[in-house]
Amino acid sequence: MTAVSSSPSRPAADTVSNAVATPEREQPYAALGLTADEYARIREILGRRPTSGELAMYSVMWSEHCSYKSSKKYLRQFGQKVSPAMKKNLMVGMGENAGVVDVGQGWAVTFKVESHNHPSYIEPFQGAATGVGGIVRDIISMGARPVAVMDQLRFGAIENPDTARVVHGVTSGISFYGNCLGLPNIGGETYFDAVYQGNPLVNALSVGVLRHEDLHLANARGVGNKVVLFGARTGGDGIGGASILASDTFSEGGPTKRPAVQVGDPFAEKVLIECCLELFRGKLVEGIQDLGAAGISCATSELASNGDGGMFIELERVLLRDPSLTAEEILMSESQERMMAVVAPEKLDAFLEVTRKWDVETSVLGEVTDTGRLVINWHGEEIVNVEPRTVALEGPVYDRPVAYPAWLDALQADTADRLRHETAPDLLRKQFLSLLGSPNLADKSWITDQYDRYVLGNTALSFPDDAGMIRVDEESGLGFALATDANGRYCQLDPYQGARLALAESFRNVAATGATPVAVSDCLNFGSPENPEVMWQFAQAVEGLADGCLELEIPVTGGNVSFYNQTGDQPIHPTPVVAMLGVIDDVAKRIPSGWQDEGHNLYLLGVTRQELDGSAWAGVVHGHLGGRPPAVDLPTEQALAALLAAANSQNILASAHDLADGGLAQALAESVLRFGVGARVALGELMERDGVDVTTALFSESTGRMLVAVPREDDVKFRGLCEGRGYPVLRIGVTDGADLEVQGLFTVSADELRATSRVVLPAVFGQSGL
Amino acid sequence: MRIGVITFPGSLDDRDAQRAVRLAGGEPVALWHGDHDLAGVDALVLPGGFSYGDYLRAGAIASLSPIMTEVVAAANSGMPVLGICNGFQMLTEAHLLPGGLIRNEVGTFVCKDQALRVENTSTAWTNGFEQGQEITIPLKNGEGGYIADEETLARLEGEGLVAFRYLGKNPNGSLRDIAGITNARGNVVGLMPHPEHATEPGFGPDTPKAMRSGVDGLTMFTSALQGVLAG
Repeated sequence: MTAVSSSPSRPAADTVSNAVATPEREQPYAALGLTADEYARIREILGRRPTSGELAMYSVMWSEHCSYKSSKKYLRQFGQKVSPAMKKNLMVGMGENAGVVDVGQGWAVTFKVESHNHPSYIEPFQGAATGVGGIVRDIISMGARPVAVMDQLRFGAIENPDTARVVHGVTSGISFYGNCLGLPNIGGETYFDAVYQGNPLVNALSVGVLRHEDLHLANARGVGNKVVLFGARTGGDGIGGASILASDTFSEGGPTKRPAVQVGDPFAEKVLIECCLELFRGKLVEGIQDLGAAGISCATSELASNGDGGMFIELERVLLRDPSLTAEEILMSESQERMMAVVAPEKLDAFLEVTRKWDVETSVLGEVTDTGRLVINWHGEEIVNVEPRTVALEGPVYDRPVAYPAWLDALQADTADRLRHETAPDLLRKQFLSLLGSPNLADKSWITDQYDRYVLGNTALSFPDDAGMIRVDEESGLGFALATDANGRYCQLDPYQGARLALAESFRNVAATGATPVAVSDCLNFGSPENPEVMWQFAQAVEGLADGCLELEIPVTGGNVSFYNQTGDQPIHPTPVVAMLGVIDDVAKRIPSGWQDEGHNLYLLGVTRQELDGSAWAGVVHGHLGGRPPAVDLPTEQALAALLAAANSQNILASAHDLADGGLAQALAESVLRFGVGARVALGELMERDGVDVTTALFSESTGRMLVAVPREDDVKFRGLCEGRGYPVLRIGVTDGADLEVQGLFTVSADELRATSRVVLPAVFGQSGL
Repeated sequence: MRIGVITFPGSLDDRDAQRAVRLAGGEPVALWHGDHDLAGVDALVLPGGFSYGDYLRAGAIASLSPIMTEVVAAANSGMPVLGICNGFQMLTEAHLLPGGLIRNEVGTFVCKDQALRVENTSTAWTNGFEQGQEITIPLKNGEGGYIADEETLARLEGEGLVAFRYLGKNPNGSLRDIAGITNARGNVVGLMPHPEHATEPGFGPDTPKAMRSGVDGLTMFTSALQGVLAG
């Protein structure tokens, strides 16, 4: 509650009156990431030059990261391609901190996935840690209790020495921060590919639950209400994180950007979570916003824009870690673990009592006004006087040039058809094991065993099952499932189709657990938007995702765009991560991904086609990427999900596992590895029915397929269900023993499968505690 | 029977410990670290988490919390006290149990379903187990390596004060594979693994019978409740 006293050496602030008096003063807009045109537009909006504080605010808020200036034009589709059914359960859609979905019984779920790519390359530990912290604060801002996290990680080639630096840092950063917050980590993805060498992707998802009546929004309403900053003190870390770091490409020999990375304190965040939840319970806040990218600039301008439009702030009241910070630095700092609340004056004492209980430092910065202006004073002098919408909402929108990639036709023409298909059993066995032991398909417990999956006591499913699942209501068993997917290789071949494939896979993964898919969040990771070919990829991917969501009638509730993931001229593969939320009325009905009992029949649902372009088989065995990704038919996916739901409602599924990377072969291996129960499988009938060879039967990545185990006594019922619905089904084997036997081809013991799969990551990254 | 669960700033598994007490048939009572008040409970649980962010040493700052005055007095008067993970660390910092916990030998946080052998069934928290019973409960910590000087270790072994020992590969470098210990009176027990996460079918460790069906941890809470009833 104490304002920091002014330092005697404080330089004179650049006030509004000073800006009026010195219109020709040169300003460092380019160093702050603004173009000459953007700077000219700011002058036009203000009718004068901006003060240095205003310039700082515009520069961060108009950055690509905060303003979505290159992507806005395309993201509008998510709001336009919407059917009435998609709005039915959507309580809060795009544009807020996170989307909110009604899951029934008075409960709502809010979830969002966000990137923290650039900081995680420069400083992997803090970059990844604060990525978790940031997304969790988005969830709290909605009035929800965060209940789980997931991470979508893409690193460079596993054998590159620099990869280990990034993997160790990122994993321990997520482990450090997430575990200390007490949030179970219930799933995610880990991929290795040289295309991510200089641009690893660290996406973080958080999900929270709330009662309908607890929903909070980020707006500043009610003239005279107090604007309160609470949480950690403001320091000099993360200055320009959004503008200078996340909105630029990496280049050789450039200056170090390490100071632009934030530093996290998970203990401060844990206390902040509990403090916020107690404030919500006491109905002590009118509006709330977390401080993430662009810090106080973002929070004040967004709260004001979304409310009554005016706000007055005395910036010297901000509690500082470092008293030498200038006003501009305070406006731009991205120090973590801070929140801004709008509090009615009569509730201020009660508010402060709660923050005191949790030892959370708090400072009243100012109040809501009806002036329509955001006015910020610094030691009595006016340094900012702007219309908040021009900062927060009315940034530039670009229609960047798009160009069909010159190389794409040749890439698509180079299909996997030319790759050799082995027929000799010993060679197929070798291929099967080399896929299982490839970094992308190998066991990831080296990473996931560093995360707490038990805390909060509601984890019904976590890795390595197809999706994570959390119980929401302890009485009824109501819960949700979450799966995230993206395949950059497919997207490189065809970004429109690749985005739909990610959507289909996440949909299928959620359905495989017994939950009903209901909502999507996305994190769109691409190269530089200033590259017309990248912009084309982006446009295609967004269109594919928006079209797909409309077809499935599942809304996109929010998300994040990360551009500039490229080093020099080399962009990453387009990587649109799709997070699918599903609802299950009782988590006791969840379906495991592996076999627990012997003597169950194994059924393959769906049709296998020769679809090996872009597959793991093509990549691992032949080092090949070319052709066109597998076809995806969303009505087929819906039919498959409906079949699963019907079978599960009769309680006749012992397990279900989605077929994706590595095809049937990988699904069989993973189903054995889950609980150590083996199987005998025959492929002859499948090859005959679908007209495919053995390589295709084992490794094709055709969509709309799932591997399920059914107890013998439920066989007739299950076949009847499939026939009634006309869904292709084939019995391919039976669970048995501890070996995986593919008849006529090879037998691999569960021990050998385990050794092959488990050794890969520890061999590169060191021993683990298991 | 009322069992108090103390929440410190940074406690994480406090609500899970409360749930475990309820599942065992007791009445959980939420206690706050800043109060000098045990609310008349019959037993106490110091739950897991990262109190004060593990700053200084895990459990070190929490062991100086106001309520610890009452905890120490209650423990010395024979009230059953259980420290789980961070709670175990607090009990050693408060000198209610000997030794200390250091960073895992592997250097990373470890989360796994851990097999343990129950070595002492005469404590307030283990009397429902069979001597030598093998159980599986989750382990999840970054600083779980148990250490003590040779003299203390010899005393623990000699007096049968080792309550639980790790089976299979030692997950964190604990000396003598020690997972949990008791005081001589048997009312104060501390262990690194988390019994409260193996109390509810569907949310515990995998067992050969079914996914996540392990409830081996429940016996610790029923042991205390029965002891209190009998006492």
